[in-house]
Amino acid sequence: MYQYDTHDQAMVDARVAEFTDQVTRRLDGTLSEEQFRPLRLKNGLYLQLHAYMLRVAVPYGTLNSRQMRVLGNIADTYDRGYGHFTTRQNIQYNWIKLSDTPAILADLAAVGMHAIQTSGNCIRNTTADHFAGAAADEVADPRPYAELLRQWSTFHPEFDYLPRKFKVAIIGSETDRAAMKLHDIGIQVVKNAAGEEGLRIHVGGGMGRTPMIAPVIREWLSPLQMVSYLEACLRVYNRYGRRDNKYKARIKILVHEIGADEYRRQVEDEFAHILTLGLEPPAAELDRIKAQFADPAFDPAAPDAIDRSDPDFALWVDQNVHAHKAPGYGIVTISLKPVGGIPGDASADQIRLMADLARDYSFDELRVTHAQNIVLPHVRKADLYAVWQQLDAAGLATPNLDLIGDIIACPGLDYCSLANARSIPLAQKISQRFADVERQRDLGELKLKISGCINACGHHHAGHIGVLGVDRKGVENYQLLFGGSEGADTSIGSIIGPGFSEDGIVDAIERATGVYLARREAGERFLDTWRRIGNAPFKDAIYG
Amino acid sequence: MSAERFKILTGNDLLTGDVTWWTGSNWSRHVNDAAALGEDAATIIAAEEAARRVVSAYVIDATRDAEGVRPAHIKDRVRAVGPTVRLDLSLRADDPAATTWIA
Repeated sequence: MYQYDTHDQAMVDARVAEFTDQVTRRLDGTLSEEQFRPLRLKNGLYLQLHAYMLRVAVPYGTLNSRQMRVLGNIADTYDRGYGHFTTRQNIQYNWIKLSDTPAILADLAAVGMHAIQTSGNCIRNTTADHFAGAAADEVADPRPYAELLRQWSTFHPEFDYLPRKFKVAIIGSETDRAAMKLHDIGIQVVKNAAGEEGLRIHVGGGMGRTPMIAPVIREWLSPLQMVSYLEACLRVYNRYGRRDNKYKARIKILVHEIGADEYRRQVEDEFAHILTLGLEPPAAELDRIKAQFADPAFDPAAPDAIDRSDPDFALWVDQNVHAHKAPGYGIVTISLKPVGGIPGDASADQIRLMADLARDYSFDELRVTHAQNIVLPHVRKADLYAVWQQLDAAGLATPNLDLIGDIIACPGLDYCSLANARSIPLAQKISQRFADVERQRDLGELKLKISGCINACGHHHAGHIGVLGVDRKGVENYQLLFGGSEGADTSIGSIIGPGFSEDGIVDAIERATGVYLARREAGERFLDTWRRIGNAPFKDAIYG
Repeated sequence: MSAERFKILTGNDLLTGDVTWWTGSNWSRHVNDAAALGEDAATIIAAEEAARRVVSAYVIDATRDAEGVRPAHIKDRVRAVGPTVRLDLSLRADDPAATTWIA
């Protein structure tokens, strides 16, 4: 994985020194809150319901064990012993003191981490396929491009005050594990018949109050023109994106209003101009980055067989281990969704354990997934049992990946100042209702996503079953959506009918699963059945 | 008959971020210490924020019942106690009725 060079390190060290000075000036009164607020947000420091919240960037969701261990130590030293992994592959701490933030950023900088690009109307931390560099179905590793985007976008002066925040996701296989089409820009690394790598560029997707699927703006782009092309995409948005209404300021609104063809035409004009400026980094720089993402030294003799004699272990392997591109290896997803637990939360001890397992069994690598789980990307099949035993002892071996218990939930009204309703208690109740893993497996792949407000941090639009919390005259109320997907078959869910109380919506979801079980055909997921038979049978069962 | 509503002032401690409530002369972490405001909220907010004792202060509606001061909106009741999913970290860690009070 990518290692900071002296330039990268100098940049984050300088940022720590700068923010340390800003905090000092805030505490001595030189800076007012009005002056300080945009500065702290530029460093990922929010003021939430109960305290300051620090959001730490995990670029394209990739970490080494040393970095992960520091995340655990920060949870212990400066917070209350836990952290929350987010749907943008980052981690948040909920109980931060302003006076501690310079020390925290210094601890992060010491391992090549920071909180830059985790807030504000800038290009946010780029997200990527969490199986990048490991997946058996991968066409090409998207991480070198994600790293190049990090270097290009960090402190980009022209794009530091965009109309709104800007999110980029990149994948390298046909299987979309990054909700790529639901981002401001989604990039797919593809290959042509000659085996050459190219980039397919989608622009104008997003969730929030106006969910949209990003259309293809460029079918094929040379990777050696990526920076220039994205510069053009951003420049057109920066020029014409609305700044008079924050709810219409995202690029999806611009693309929708002028149309994909007109947006494409303007981008191509700008792109032609930018190409004359020589902004594109030299090919040698991309080669330098790619070299740092070379495969680890896989053992070609690693045995492919797995001893499945322990039934609990076998269940976990079936559910949480994915095919790896290297024979004898598997991709382990550690579920942060124990029955009745808080989706995405991990204790300091659990974080450090996962760091140790990465060091000992996964070539020192971890990934954070947008589904709020952790991945050990390169584990020898012969080591899976040892890994599982340690995870199981730490409460981290729940075999529920992509099942109804693997719920995405935003922090909701328990933590977030923007939320209208609580998300986590609902996730806990659903998780407990469907606690039986065999029942979950019988229901099959069923992605359930909960947001506590219309901002959709819990991706409710993209859930096979989505839940949106709203405030109905001061009382929490929950709307139920069906039919969303974030994969290659991306779709936006639709609200099925009137909302529910917290208990009512758990019952409604259970009734919906009953309809699915009664009406499914061979091989159908919940989503497939819903798409085939439509809303009516579900509404009858839920409201009838 | 509904309980009488009055205004109280809340914010966050600048240094720690802790939720705080205006007592009439100082700030407390406990909502039951909150005092009913007069007409001088803007003056108090300006003075207290300038003195760097509080940040993001704002006025809310509240009522008083047998348990004490109760913010009118659930968001402020969550602020008054802590996250309902981690009551062990809240101000009512040993009180099983805390969640009911919030909802």
